[in-house]
Parts: sequence; structure tokens; C-alpha cells
Amino acid sequence: MTAAQEHLDPALRVEALASLLTERGLIDPATVENFIKTYEKSVGPMNGAKVVARAWTDPQYRVRLLADGTAAIAELGFKGPQGEHIVVLENTPSVHHVVVCTLCSCYPWPVLGLPPSWYKDPAYRSRVVREPRMVLAEFGLMLADDVQVKVFDSSSEVRYMVLPERPDGTGHLSEDELAALVTRDAMVGVAAVSAP
Amino acid sequence: MDGIHDVGGMQGFGHTKPLTAGPPFAEPWEGKAFALGLLAIRAAGANLHAFRHAIERVPPAEYLSGYYARWLMGAQNLLQDSGVVSGEEVTARAARLSGQHAAEPAQPELRKPGMPSGGPGNLRNLDAPPAFAVGEAVRTRNLDPSGHTRLPRYVRRRTGTVIAVQPAQVFPDSAAHFLGEDPQYVYSVEFTSRELWGAGCEPFSLSIDLFEPYLEPAT
Repeated sequence: MTAAQEHLDPALRVEALASLLTERGLIDPATVENFIKTYEKSVGPMNGAKVVARAWTDPQYRVRLLADGTAAIAELGFKGPQGEHIVVLENTPSVHHVVVCTLCSCYPWPVLGLPPSWYKDPAYRSRVVREPRMVLAEFGLMLADDVQVKVFDSSSEVRYMVLPERPDGTGHLSEDELAALVTRDAMVGVAAVSAP
Repeated sequence: MDGIHDVGGMQGFGHTKPLTAGPPFAEPWEGKAFALGLLAIRAAGANLHAFRHAIERVPPAEYLSGYYARWLMGAQNLLQDSGVVSGEEVTARAARLSGQHAAEPAQPELRKPGMPSGGPGNLRNLDAPPAFAVGEAVRTRNLDPSGHTRLPRYVRRRTGTVIAVQPAQVFPDSAAHFLGEDPQYVYSVEFTSRELWGAGCEPFSLSIDLFEPYLEPAT
């Protein structure tokens, strides 16, 4: 019997599995809670936003980030599962990058946390490698015809993060204020960052 | 494996979901399922690649029922494969937890895989140099294995250009089946949209990370 043949409600399946594994000493409920808390509170797009704000305000950091994303991101203390080798893709007025994982839902956890629903959904995964401009337009991002679109499908353990363009009119903002503007969607490449 | 997971370029899934910024776990069970999936890899003596393949083996209708639902069924597949729990045990325990009477079946016999690990993570060093260089034209082979692979259907038998040589990594096609790490170089290969989808498609380029055994020189 495979897992799917039982037609269990997933909330019940998770309780059944957790109770069997706990009984056998194979999992500790405290570890389960700890995993949940980590990805609910400590690891999320606020990490990536700090990386972006640093790159916008420190030109030397930006150079390091584009040359070796993993090392430059680790300078800010962000590393861990699904972040063994992170490559940062820089959006410019003429080139727009957008990231997907068509085969599963690979995503750079240390900087962006766990992937959102739309990223894991078959509609996004199937379409963005075939009609990226239409998908981006659906999300509200209209690109001029002369902007080159580059789609990155994360099919190995390399993880991609987009360095979005710094919006005009933000010259007076501090690094922390800039970080507050940066969204998860912009770091996947499906949105632009707007000035406040 | 030509499974439901390999969705790149498929049509008919409709409109994308909205870009709402919800919490990481919409329901408490999703957080538990997330943690359990990661812990099941260790409990089953498996690895990340075997877990991905266990999710791919979830039948199409159930796969499409939701991310954490398929993640959880993948975890159960891994645990069943290793004899850590059986499907009958899960069914019986679920019934008991719902207040029904159900006899608990005997525990299955353990049959955990014993693949040696070359260290933490998936990056490895290779003595041999990479076979392809940046700027080189390569063609994806016509591979169609019944097991795990990271060569999606939509880039098979296509010609592209190497734009980066990535670190060598554990080869998923081998490790997912516990046949050894067999590390391989990985190349970011860029294809034109026209090469993938023919004339009349949107103009764009697509880059995907492909393991050396998937590639041959373009002639």
C-alpha cells in the first residue's frame, strides 16, 4: 500500500505518523516544534531584504555578493539548509531575472525562508518557463519590450536570489529603511521594489 | 521519471495564484508535516534526493492536492521503503486517533539503505576537470530514466550554451536510489525560448543547471 492509497486527511496523517515515530524514539516533539518556530520566526525574506539593502548602500559588498553570493550572504549571518551555494542575479534597467523550480519547489531558504503558495503551485512552475512575460504581467509587473527576460530554473543544489533594482527617490533612506521596502516577490523576480 | 512533478511547459493549469504574503504554514498541520518530512529523511536512513523522488512517486491526483499533503505522503513513502513504519500501521493509528477501534499491526522489518555519505551537504570536489567550458555549445541527451532525474522533459534534446560551471555535486539520479554519490559537475546552460518552444513564442532566455551526464557536445 502506498501512502496515497489510504485517502487520509493530511492533518490526521501527520498525527498518525508523528505518534508512531515518537513512540519509536525516532523523532522528538521538541525538535518538531523547534523546526516550525525557526521557519515561522527567524528565517524569512527579512533576511534577504537585509542583503539587498546592504548591496544597495555598499558598492564593495555588492561586488562581493555578485561574485560569491554564498560567502557575502554568510557575512550577514545567513546560511543553512537549502543555501549551500547561492548565486545572486542582478536586475538592471535592461535585464530582468525571474527564478523558478519546475521539478519541485527549490528555494533559497536562508535568505527567503520557505516558498510561498504561488511559487509551489503548478501554474507558476509550468508557465513561467514558457510565457514569462505573460506570467509577470498577471502578477502586475509590466516589462518594456526592450528589457531582456532571463528565467532561471533551479534544478540542482544551486539556489538563486534576485537583487532587484533600487527604486528612484530613495537616496535619503537608511539601510534599515531600504530593507523594509524589499519584498520576497522582488527577490524571486516577479515584482519590482517601489519607493515609499 | 516522467511524472506529474515535471510540469515545466505543461499547459492547462490556469491562472497563477495571487502574490499574497501569508504565513509560512496556513494550518498547524502544515508546519508539523514540514518538520516531519525533514526528520523522516534521517529516520529512514535516506537522503534529500530519495525524498524528492518519494514525492514524485505520489500519484498525480494526490500530488496536485497540495504542497504539504504531497510532502507528507513523500515522507511516508520514504519511511515505508525503509521498513520504519508500514502503511497499515499509519491507517490503524489514524483510526485509533479518530476514536475508532483498530488493531495495531506488527511493526515491519527494518530495511534501511546503507549508502555511504561523502560528507555533509551535496557539494563535492572532483579531481578531474569539467568536460565543458563557459561559452561552449552543448546538447541535452535523449534520456528518459524510469527513476529520479533532474533533467526535465522540456529541455531534453535541446541545444544551448554553457554560461557557468557550478561546483560538482552529488548526482541525484544515483543517490536517490542509494547507488552512491557519484558526484558530477553541474553547468548552467542557457537556451533561447525559440529553441525550447519554436517560432512565435515570447522572446526570452532560460538557464537551467544540468549535471554533466545529461550533456554532450553540440555538433
